Amino acid sequence: MKYSFAESTARERVEHLVDAGSFSEILGPVERLVSPHLAQLDTPCSFDDGIVIGRASLQGRRVLVAAQEGGFIGGGVGEVHGAKLVGLLRLGLADRPAAVLVLADSGGVRLHEANAGLIAVSEVMRALLDLRDAGIPVLMLIGGATGCFGGMGLVARCADHVVMSDVARLSMSGPEVIESAQGVEEFDSRDRALVWRTTGGRHRFLSGDCDALVEDDIAAFREAASAALAARRPLTLETLEREHALLAARLDRFGDCADALDIWARLGIADAARVVDLDVAALRDIARID
Amino acid sequence: MEKLNFAFDGSIAPGASMPVLVGVVGSGNLEVLAEPQANGGHCMVEVSTSAHGFGAIWEAVLRDFHERHGFADVAISINDMGATPAVVSLRLDQAAARLGSPGARQ
Repeated sequence: MKYSFAESTARERVEHLVDAGSFSEILGPVERLVSPHLAQLDTPCSFDDGIVIGRASLQGRRVLVAAQEGGFIGGGVGEVHGAKLVGLLRLGLADRPAAVLVLADSGGVRLHEANAGLIAVSEVMRALLDLRDAGIPVLMLIGGATGCFGGMGLVARCADHVVMSDVARLSMSGPEVIESAQGVEEFDSRDRALVWRTTGGRHRFLSGDCDALVEDDIAAFREAASAALAARRPLTLETLEREHALLAARLDRFGDCADALDIWARLGIADAARVVDLDVAALRDIARID
Repeated sequence: MEKLNFAFDGSIAPGASMPVLVGVVGSGNLEVLAEPQANGGHCMVEVSTSAHGFGAIWEAVLRDFHERHGFADVAISINDMGATPAVVSLRLDQAAARLGSPGARQ
């Protein structure tokens, strides 16, 4: 049976992603480790604060897993939510799993808990880099309906490997944020085609921000995650400088492009507009930015 | 937010021994945490809801649920973000099915 990643809850994603019955939750809903801030704002809390964390196995290999619930306040990173993610990443240093899988589905910092959420995101990034430094790969799996924005977008690009579905989105500022700050002429957040060809999985794959593009199917994410268990990107000054050079070259080559369509055309894709209609398998064969 | 508490006398112990969680605290949705626990044969329900003034409707929906399943020794905790009675009933029945209720529609 096919399970849509986008339409599943965080718990369902974890259940169908890892080896059947292998997931063991840490700080589950029964612990009632809820947000102290939401109650002060008279807003309903969630028993897991919108994130599921725990140990599991993938193809028999030990992994740690975190899954954000985009349906709860847009998957926003609050104090407890962030602390659970940081705790899981730090546990990786002691547990030394084959990899840590982060199923991101988040608009970024939970604004109700602004400062605590911002601090949490910076702690997540530090813990993630510590893990990579210890040689334990962190894989980002992005396929939720909320996408991966704000602080979580930054976290995603700190990881070793990013897997996205073609319906997923990854960016820093979300469409509404750009429109509010720069005006509708700069970015029309209601233009869904524009939003997806700018932040969607297809463009992120072609522009090299995502390493693997899959269908919206949990089994496809499972397959991509399994294949990427050894996808370690060494964290050294040399690799960091190479990444900076790559970003500078990208800006140099595409900086004057007004639309993703222009970038695809400059990549040499004939009839660039067809990219949005190609199936995922065909898109993988297109030459992309490396 | 409004907090509501209900207690019903039941006779059917849940088949499962582990707690179950269904649903998400999203707009028009709710999460239901159902925990088997010895409490003298009751089905205890605690509701936290963003919608004020719907106590009578919660009681009616929960009474219907209890008539369908008749749980004893279960604690149900709900975080609600304005779900309609139909959605609440659906989530409660999902929780009941996962708890192993003989009355659950499979």
